[in-house]
Amino acid sequence: MAEIQEKSGGKKGGKKGKKLSTRIDLTPMVDLGFLLITFFIFTTTMAKPKTMEINMPVDEKKVEEKDKNKVKDYTAMTILLSKEHRVYYYTGIADDPMNPPDVKVTYFQNKNGIRDAIIALKKRVYEERNNGAAGHNPKDEPVILIKPAENSEYVDMVNILDEMQINGITTYALIDITEVDKGFISATEAANAGGAQ
Amino acid sequence: MAHKLPRKSTHIDMTAMCDVAFLLLTFFMLATKFKPDEPVVVKTPSSISDIIMPENSILLTVDSKGKVFFDYDNKKAKKILIEEISKAKGLNLTPEEQASFVNGASFGLPFNQMKAYLDVEPMQQREYAFTGIPIDTSFVAETNELGYWVQAARSAGQTEGHAPRICIKCDGATVYPEVKNVIKTLTRNGIDRFNLLTSLEAIPEGTDAYEENKKAN
Repeated sequence: MAEIQEKSGGKKGGKKGKKLSTRIDLTPMVDLGFLLITFFIFTTTMAKPKTMEINMPVDEKKVEEKDKNKVKDYTAMTILLSKEHRVYYYTGIADDPMNPPDVKVTYFQNKNGIRDAIIALKKRVYEERNNGAAGHNPKDEPVILIKPAENSEYVDMVNILDEMQINGITTYALIDITEVDKGFISATEAANAGGAQ
Repeated sequence: MAHKLPRKSTHIDMTAMCDVAFLLLTFFMLATKFKPDEPVVVKTPSSISDIIMPENSILLTVDSKGKVFFDYDNKKAKKILIEEISKAKGLNLTPEEQASFVNGASFGLPFNQMKAYLDVEPMQQREYAFTGIPIDTSFVAETNELGYWVQAARSAGQTEGHAPRICIKCDGATVYPEVKNVIKTLTRNGIDRFNLLTSLEAIPEGTDAYEENKKAN
Protein backbone atom coordinates (compact mmCIF):
# COMPACT_ATOMS: atom_id res chain seq x y z
CA MET A 1 0.00 0.00 0.00
CA ALA A 2 1.18 3.44 -0.72
CA GLU A 3 1.76 4.54 2.77
CA ILE A 4 4.12 7.24 3.73
CA GLN A 5 5.80 6.71 7.00
CA GLU A 6 5.60 9.40 9.51
CA LYS A 7 8.78 10.97 10.79
CA SER A 8 10.83 9.65 7.90
CA GLY A 9 12.65 12.85 7.29
CA GLY A 10 14.36 12.92 10.66
CA LYS A 11 17.89 11.99 9.64
CA LYS A 12 18.37 14.25 6.73
CA GLY A 13 17.77 17.03 9.07
CA GLY A 14 17.69 19.68 6.39
CA LYS A 15 15.17 22.40 6.03
CA LYS A 16 12.76 20.23 4.17
CA GLY A 17 9.31 20.57 5.68
CA LYS A 18 7.90 17.53 7.39
CA LYS A 19 6.10 15.28 4.99
CA LEU A 20 2.53 15.06 6.15
CA SER A 21 0.83 11.71 6.15
CA THR A 22 -1.77 11.27 3.46
CA ARG A 23 -3.52 8.69 5.53
CA ILE A 24 -6.93 9.79 6.60
CA ASP A 25 -8.68 8.31 9.54
CA LEU A 26 -11.70 6.66 7.98
CA THR A 27 -13.39 5.71 11.23
CA PRO A 28 -15.98 8.53 11.19
CA MET A 29 -16.78 7.72 7.60
CA VAL A 30 -17.39 4.08 8.49
CA ASP A 31 -19.56 5.23 11.35
CA LEU A 32 -21.58 7.37 9.00
CA GLY A 33 -21.88 4.52 6.52
CA PHE A 34 -23.25 2.13 9.07
CA LEU A 35 -25.55 4.75 10.51
CA LEU A 36 -27.11 5.24 7.10
CA ILE A 37 -27.39 1.50 6.59
CA THR A 38 -29.23 1.18 9.88
CA PHE A 39 -31.54 4.00 8.86
CA PHE A 40 -32.34 2.34 5.56
CA ILE A 41 -32.93 -1.03 7.16
CA PHE A 42 -35.45 0.45 9.56
CA THR A 43 -37.36 2.68 7.19
CA THR A 44 -37.63 0.54 4.11
CA THR A 45 -39.29 -2.68 3.16
CA MET A 46 -37.39 -5.35 1.37
CA ALA A 47 -40.02 -7.81 0.30
CA LYS A 48 -43.39 -6.89 -1.06
CA PRO A 49 -46.22 -8.24 1.06
CA LYS A 50 -47.63 -11.61 0.17
CA THR A 51 -51.21 -11.93 -0.91
CA MET A 52 -53.81 -14.57 -1.53
CA GLU A 53 -56.03 -14.37 -4.57
CA ILE A 54 -59.75 -14.73 -4.27
CA ASN A 55 -62.41 -14.98 -6.93
CA MET A 56 -65.94 -14.21 -5.93
CA PRO A 57 -69.02 -15.69 -7.61
CA VAL A 58 -69.94 -13.30 -10.43
CA ASP A 59 -73.55 -12.37 -9.99
CA GLU A 60 -75.07 -13.69 -6.86
CA LYS A 61 -78.68 -13.94 -7.93
CA LYS A 62 -78.41 -15.45 -11.39
CA VAL A 63 -75.51 -17.83 -11.13
CA GLU A 64 -76.06 -19.18 -7.71
CA GLU A 65 -79.34 -20.92 -8.49
CA LYS A 66 -77.85 -22.55 -11.54
CA ASP A 67 -74.74 -23.64 -9.65
CA LYS A 68 -76.75 -25.06 -6.81
CA ASN A 69 -78.39 -27.46 -9.19
CA LYS A 70 -75.05 -28.47 -10.58
CA VAL A 71 -73.57 -29.39 -7.24
CA LYS A 72 -74.04 -33.07 -6.68
CA ASP A 73 -75.18 -34.15 -3.29
CA TYR A 74 -72.29 -36.52 -2.63
CA THR A 75 -69.60 -33.96 -3.53
CA ALA A 76 -70.99 -31.07 -1.53
CA MET A 77 -69.90 -29.84 1.86
CA THR A 78 -71.03 -26.70 3.61
CA ILE A 79 -68.80 -25.00 6.12
CA LEU A 80 -70.32 -22.47 8.49
CA LEU A 81 -68.00 -20.14 10.38
CA SER A 82 -69.24 -18.95 13.71
CA LYS A 83 -68.17 -17.17 16.87
CA GLU A 84 -65.02 -18.03 18.84
CA HIS A 85 -63.48 -19.49 15.69
CA ARG A 86 -65.89 -22.39 15.70
CA VAL A 87 -66.46 -24.23 12.45
CA TYR A 88 -69.68 -26.09 11.74
CA TYR A 89 -69.83 -28.36 8.74
CA TYR A 90 -72.09 -30.87 7.08
CA THR A 91 -71.95 -32.83 3.88
CA GLY A 92 -74.62 -32.89 1.22
CA ILE A 93 -76.78 -30.09 -0.07
CA ALA A 94 -79.33 -30.27 2.75
CA ASP A 95 -82.24 -29.12 0.60
CA ASP A 96 -84.71 -31.44 2.28
CA PRO A 97 -86.16 -29.77 5.37
CA MET A 98 -87.55 -33.08 6.61
CA ASN A 99 -84.13 -34.62 6.71
CA PRO A 100 -81.70 -32.16 8.29
CA PRO A 101 -78.00 -32.86 7.83
CA ASP A 102 -75.72 -34.09 10.55
CA VAL A 103 -73.98 -30.85 11.55
CA LYS A 104 -70.66 -31.27 13.31
CA VAL A 105 -68.62 -28.66 15.10
CA THR A 106 -64.86 -28.37 15.10
CA TYR A 107 -62.04 -25.82 15.13
CA PHE A 108 -59.07 -24.78 13.05
CA GLN A 109 -56.40 -27.13 14.30
CA ASN A 110 -53.87 -29.46 12.83
CA LYS A 111 -55.30 -32.68 14.25
CA ASN A 112 -59.00 -33.58 14.17
CA GLY A 113 -59.88 -30.13 12.94
CA ILE A 114 -61.68 -28.97 9.84
CA ARG A 115 -58.69 -30.07 7.75
CA ASP A 116 -59.33 -33.74 8.49
CA ALA A 117 -62.97 -33.31 7.53
CA ILE A 118 -61.97 -31.78 4.21
CA ILE A 119 -59.41 -34.51 3.54
CA ALA A 120 -62.04 -37.15 4.35
CA LEU A 121 -64.51 -35.51 1.97
CA LYS A 122 -61.96 -35.39 -0.81
CA LYS A 123 -61.02 -39.02 -0.29
CA ARG A 124 -64.65 -40.12 -0.26
CA VAL A 125 -65.51 -38.16 -3.40
CA TYR A 126 -62.49 -39.59 -5.23
CA GLU A 127 -63.55 -43.11 -4.29
CA GLU A 128 -67.21 -42.70 -5.05
CA ARG A 129 -66.94 -40.85 -8.34
CA ASN A 130 -65.69 -43.95 -10.11
CA ASN A 131 -68.29 -46.35 -8.77
CA GLY A 132 -70.66 -45.80 -11.67
CA ALA A 133 -73.66 -44.81 -9.57
CA ALA A 134 -76.26 -42.58 -11.21
CA GLY A 135 -74.94 -39.04 -11.55
CA HIS A 136 -71.42 -39.95 -10.56
CA ASN A 137 -68.84 -38.77 -13.03
CA PRO A 138 -65.11 -39.58 -12.80
CA LYS A 139 -64.44 -35.87 -13.26
CA ASP A 140 -66.36 -34.83 -10.17
CA GLU A 141 -64.51 -32.72 -7.66
CA PRO A 142 -65.48 -31.95 -4.07
CA VAL A 143 -67.42 -28.70 -3.81
CA ILE A 144 -67.26 -26.63 -0.67
CA LEU A 145 -69.61 -23.80 0.19
CA ILE A 146 -68.22 -21.40 2.77
CA LYS A 147 -70.74 -19.37 4.71
CA PRO A 148 -69.35 -17.10 7.40
CA ALA A 149 -71.90 -16.09 10.03
CA GLU A 150 -72.19 -12.51 11.29
CA ASN A 151 -70.23 -13.24 14.44
CA SER A 152 -67.25 -14.79 12.71
CA GLU A 153 -64.05 -12.86 12.14
CA TYR A 154 -61.97 -12.10 9.09
CA VAL A 155 -59.24 -14.42 10.33
CA ASP A 156 -61.69 -17.33 10.12
CA MET A 157 -62.46 -16.49 6.51
CA VAL A 158 -58.78 -16.36 5.58
CA ASN A 159 -58.11 -19.58 7.48
CA ILE A 160 -60.82 -21.48 5.67
CA LEU A 161 -59.74 -20.13 2.28
CA ASP A 162 -56.24 -21.20 3.22
CA GLU A 163 -57.51 -24.70 4.03
CA MET A 164 -58.93 -24.87 0.51
CA GLN A 165 -55.48 -24.20 -0.84
CA ILE A 166 -53.75 -26.50 1.62
CA ASN A 167 -56.01 -29.39 0.72
CA GLY A 168 -56.13 -28.72 -3.00
CA ILE A 169 -59.85 -28.00 -3.20
CA THR A 170 -60.44 -26.27 -6.52
CA THR A 171 -64.17 -25.68 -6.36
CA TYR A 172 -65.34 -23.53 -3.52
CA ALA A 173 -67.38 -20.41 -3.06
CA LEU A 174 -67.71 -17.80 -0.40
CA ILE A 175 -71.40 -17.03 -0.04
CA ASP A 176 -73.83 -15.46 2.38
CA ILE A 177 -75.22 -17.48 5.21
CA THR A 178 -78.91 -18.39 5.04
CA GLU A 179 -81.49 -18.49 7.79
CA VAL A 180 -81.59 -22.26 7.44
CA ASP A 181 -77.88 -22.51 8.14
CA LYS A 182 -78.18 -20.19 11.11
CA GLY A 183 -80.84 -22.57 12.39
CA PHE A 184 -78.38 -25.46 12.04
CA ILE A 185 -75.81 -23.60 14.11
CA SER A 186 -78.18 -22.77 16.95
CA ALA A 187 -79.64 -26.29 16.92
CA THR A 188 -76.17 -27.81 17.17
CA GLU A 189 -75.21 -25.38 19.89
CA ALA A 190 -78.36 -26.24 21.86
CA ALA A 191 -77.73 -29.96 21.44
CA ASN A 192 -74.13 -29.63 22.61
CA ALA A 193 -75.12 -27.51 25.61
CA GLY A 194 -77.71 -30.12 26.56
CA GLY A 195 -75.17 -32.91 26.25
CA ALA A 196 -72.73 -31.15 28.51
CA GLN A 197 -75.14 -30.76 31.39
CA MET B 1 21.62 -4.92 23.08
CA ALA B 2 18.20 -6.13 23.92
CA HIS B 3 16.10 -4.32 21.43
CA LYS B 4 12.89 -2.99 22.66
CA LEU B 5 10.06 -4.38 20.62
CA PRO B 6 8.89 -1.69 18.27
CA ARG B 7 5.58 -0.30 19.36
CA LYS B 8 2.93 -1.33 16.93
CA SER B 9 0.43 1.23 15.93
CA THR B 10 -3.08 0.55 17.16
CA HIS B 11 -4.48 2.16 14.06
CA ILE B 12 -6.37 -0.17 11.79
CA ASP B 13 -6.77 0.56 8.15
CA MET B 14 -10.44 1.48 7.86
CA THR B 15 -10.51 1.69 4.08
CA ALA B 16 -11.78 -1.84 3.58
CA MET B 17 -14.44 -1.48 6.23
CA CYS B 18 -15.54 1.80 4.72
CA ASP B 19 -15.83 0.11 1.34
CA VAL B 20 -18.03 -2.60 2.78
CA ALA B 21 -20.24 -0.12 4.62
CA PHE B 22 -20.90 1.92 1.54
CA LEU B 23 -21.38 -1.12 -0.63
CA LEU B 24 -24.09 -2.31 1.75
CA LEU B 25 -25.56 1.17 1.88
CA THR B 26 -25.78 1.31 -1.91
CA PHE B 27 -27.38 -2.10 -1.95
CA PHE B 28 -30.05 -1.15 0.56
CA MET B 29 -30.79 2.11 -1.17
CA LEU B 30 -31.31 0.43 -4.51
CA ALA B 31 -33.01 -2.78 -3.42
CA THR B 32 -35.56 -1.43 -0.99
CA LYS B 33 -38.49 0.84 -0.96
CA PHE B 34 -39.69 3.15 1.77
CA LYS B 35 -42.33 1.73 4.02
CA PRO B 36 -45.69 3.27 3.24
CA ASP B 37 -47.18 5.31 6.01
CA GLU B 38 -49.85 3.34 7.77
CA PRO B 39 -52.78 5.14 9.31
CA VAL B 40 -53.74 2.25 11.57
CA VAL B 41 -52.08 -0.85 12.88
CA VAL B 42 -53.42 -3.86 11.05
CA LYS B 43 -52.47 -7.40 11.95
CA THR B 44 -53.16 -9.55 8.93
CA PRO B 45 -53.92 -13.26 9.25
CA SER B 46 -51.47 -15.75 7.80
CA SER B 47 -51.85 -18.13 4.89
CA ILE B 48 -49.62 -20.41 2.86
CA SER B 49 -50.16 -18.32 -0.25
CA ASP B 50 -46.98 -16.69 -1.54
CA ILE B 51 -48.28 -14.55 -4.40
CA ILE B 52 -46.44 -11.26 -4.29
CA MET B 53 -48.56 -8.13 -4.05
CA PRO B 54 -48.92 -6.81 -7.61
CA GLU B 55 -47.60 -3.46 -8.78
CA ASN B 56 -50.03 -0.59 -9.36
CA SER B 57 -52.50 -1.81 -6.85
CA ILE B 58 -55.25 -0.13 -4.92
CA LEU B 59 -54.84 -0.95 -1.27
CA LEU B 60 -57.92 -0.97 0.94
CA THR B 61 -56.91 -1.15 4.56
CA VAL B 62 -59.61 -2.27 6.98
CA ASP B 63 -58.88 -1.94 10.68
CA SER B 64 -60.33 -4.08 13.45
CA LYS B 65 -63.27 -1.68 13.87
CA GLY B 66 -64.12 -1.87 10.19
CA LYS B 67 -62.85 1.57 9.17
CA VAL B 68 -61.74 1.56 5.55
CA PHE B 69 -58.73 3.45 4.19
CA PHE B 70 -57.85 3.96 0.57
CA ASP B 71 -54.40 4.05 -0.97
CA TYR B 72 -53.05 3.68 -4.47
CA ASP B 73 -49.38 3.10 -5.17
CA ASN B 74 -49.39 4.74 -8.60
CA LYS B 75 -48.77 8.45 -8.08
CA LYS B 76 -49.60 9.49 -11.64
CA ALA B 77 -52.93 7.73 -11.51
CA LYS B 78 -53.53 9.14 -8.05
CA LYS B 79 -53.12 12.64 -9.47
CA ILE B 80 -55.65 11.95 -12.22
CA LEU B 81 -57.94 10.45 -9.60
CA ILE B 82 -57.90 13.45 -7.27
CA GLU B 83 -58.51 15.87 -10.14
CA GLU B 84 -61.48 13.77 -11.14
CA ILE B 85 -62.86 13.57 -7.60
CA SER B 86 -62.36 17.28 -7.00
CA LYS B 87 -64.41 17.99 -10.09
CA ALA B 88 -67.09 15.34 -9.67
CA LYS B 89 -67.72 15.97 -5.99
CA GLY B 90 -67.41 19.77 -6.25
CA LEU B 91 -64.65 19.95 -3.64
CA ASN B 92 -62.67 22.73 -5.39
CA LEU B 93 -59.34 21.42 -4.16
CA THR B 94 -56.38 23.72 -4.74
CA PRO B 95 -53.26 22.32 -6.46
CA GLU B 96 -51.54 22.24 -3.05
CA GLU B 97 -54.34 20.19 -1.56
CA GLN B 98 -54.23 17.82 -4.50
CA ALA B 99 -50.47 17.41 -4.09
CA SER B 100 -51.01 16.72 -0.41
CA PHE B 101 -53.35 13.89 -1.35
CA VAL B 102 -51.00 12.46 -4.00
CA ASN B 103 -48.00 12.42 -1.65
CA GLY B 104 -49.98 11.58 1.45
CA ALA B 105 -50.65 8.29 3.13
CA SER B 106 -53.83 6.22 3.12
CA PHE B 107 -56.99 8.27 3.15
CA GLY B 108 -59.92 7.33 5.36
CA LEU B 109 -62.54 10.06 5.58
CA PRO B 110 -65.82 10.96 3.89
CA PHE B 111 -65.61 13.33 0.92
CA ASN B 112 -67.07 16.23 2.88
CA GLN B 113 -64.11 16.23 5.29
CA MET B 114 -61.51 15.83 2.59
CA LYS B 115 -60.67 19.48 2.05
CA ALA B 116 -60.21 20.16 5.75
CA TYR B 117 -57.96 17.15 6.10
CA LEU B 118 -55.77 18.03 3.14
CA ASP B 119 -55.20 21.54 4.52
CA VAL B 120 -53.53 20.12 7.61
CA GLU B 121 -49.74 19.87 7.67
CA PRO B 122 -48.53 16.41 6.57
CA MET B 123 -47.01 15.67 9.97
CA GLN B 124 -50.30 16.35 11.70
CA GLN B 125 -52.37 14.41 9.18
CA ARG B 126 -51.58 11.12 10.85
CA GLU B 127 -53.12 12.31 14.10
CA TYR B 128 -56.35 13.22 12.36
CA ALA B 129 -59.45 11.48 13.69
CA PHE B 130 -60.13 9.10 10.82
CA THR B 131 -63.62 7.77 10.55
CA GLY B 132 -63.04 5.58 7.51
CA ILE B 133 -64.54 5.84 4.06
CA PRO B 134 -68.30 5.43 4.43
CA ILE B 135 -69.87 2.31 2.97
CA ASP B 136 -73.52 2.51 2.13
CA THR B 137 -75.30 -0.81 2.03
CA SER B 138 -77.05 0.02 -1.24
CA PHE B 139 -73.60 -0.61 -2.78
CA VAL B 140 -74.07 1.69 -5.75
CA ALA B 141 -71.21 4.05 -6.52
CA GLU B 142 -73.43 7.15 -6.18
CA THR B 143 -74.06 6.74 -2.49
CA ASN B 144 -71.42 4.22 -1.47
CA GLU B 145 -68.30 6.33 -1.22
CA LEU B 146 -65.96 3.35 -1.21
CA GLY B 147 -67.60 2.13 -4.39
CA TYR B 148 -67.04 5.54 -5.93
CA TRP B 149 -63.37 5.54 -4.88
CA VAL B 150 -62.76 2.14 -6.39
CA GLN B 151 -64.56 2.95 -9.62
CA ALA B 152 -62.82 6.31 -10.01
CA ALA B 153 -59.43 4.84 -9.19
CA ARG B 154 -59.88 2.10 -11.75
CA SER B 155 -60.77 4.51 -14.50
CA ALA B 156 -57.89 6.79 -13.47
CA GLY B 157 -55.59 3.78 -13.66
CA GLN B 158 -56.84 2.92 -17.12
CA THR B 159 -56.32 6.52 -18.26
CA GLU B 160 -52.78 6.36 -16.93
CA GLY B 161 -52.16 3.06 -18.69
CA HIS B 162 -51.96 0.52 -15.86
CA ALA B 163 -55.20 -1.12 -14.84
CA PRO B 164 -54.98 -1.52 -11.07
CA ARG B 165 -55.54 -4.67 -9.08
CA ILE B 166 -57.33 -4.39 -5.77
CA CYS B 167 -55.79 -5.63 -2.55
CA ILE B 168 -57.52 -5.77 0.80
CA LYS B 169 -55.45 -5.55 3.94
CA CYS B 170 -57.74 -6.40 6.77
CA ASP B 171 -57.21 -7.01 10.44
CA GLY B 172 -57.80 -10.59 11.53
CA ALA B 173 -60.13 -9.53 14.33
CA THR B 174 -62.55 -7.60 12.10
CA VAL B 175 -66.03 -9.06 12.30
CA TYR B 176 -67.24 -10.65 9.11
CA PRO B 177 -70.15 -8.29 8.27
CA GLU B 178 -67.67 -5.39 7.94
CA VAL B 179 -65.50 -7.46 5.63
CA LYS B 180 -68.56 -8.56 3.70
CA ASN B 181 -69.59 -4.94 3.10
CA VAL B 182 -66.19 -4.19 1.59
CA ILE B 183 -66.25 -7.33 -0.55
CA LYS B 184 -69.84 -6.68 -1.63
CA THR B 185 -68.91 -3.14 -2.62
CA LEU B 186 -66.29 -4.61 -4.91
CA THR B 187 -68.42 -7.36 -6.41
CA ARG B 188 -71.35 -5.02 -7.00
CA ASN B 189 -68.99 -2.73 -8.87
CA GLY B 190 -67.90 -5.56 -11.13
CA ILE B 191 -64.70 -6.60 -9.36
CA ASP B 192 -64.77 -10.33 -8.74
CA ARG B 193 -61.06 -10.97 -8.44
CA PHE B 194 -58.91 -9.35 -5.86
CA ASN B 195 -56.10 -10.11 -3.46
CA LEU B 196 -56.11 -10.39 0.30
CA LEU B 197 -52.90 -9.44 2.07
CA THR B 198 -51.73 -12.19 4.36
CA SER B 199 -48.49 -12.95 6.10
CA LEU B 200 -46.73 -16.09 5.06
CA GLU B 201 -46.88 -19.29 7.08
CA ALA B 202 -45.35 -22.70 6.50
CA ILE B 203 -47.34 -25.34 4.65
CA PRO B 204 -48.44 -28.05 7.10
CA GLU B 205 -46.77 -31.39 6.46
CA GLY B 206 -48.63 -34.25 4.90
CA THR B 207 -51.25 -32.16 3.11
CA ASP B 208 -51.87 -31.97 -0.63
CA ALA B 209 -50.26 -28.56 -0.92
CA TYR B 210 -47.18 -29.87 0.92
CA GLU B 211 -46.78 -32.76 -1.51
CA GLU B 212 -47.27 -30.46 -4.47
CA ASN B 213 -44.67 -28.05 -3.17
CA LYS B 214 -42.19 -30.88 -2.64
CA LYS B 215 -42.72 -32.07 -6.20
CA ALA B 216 -42.21 -28.57 -7.58
CA ASN B 217 -38.89 -28.19 -5.83
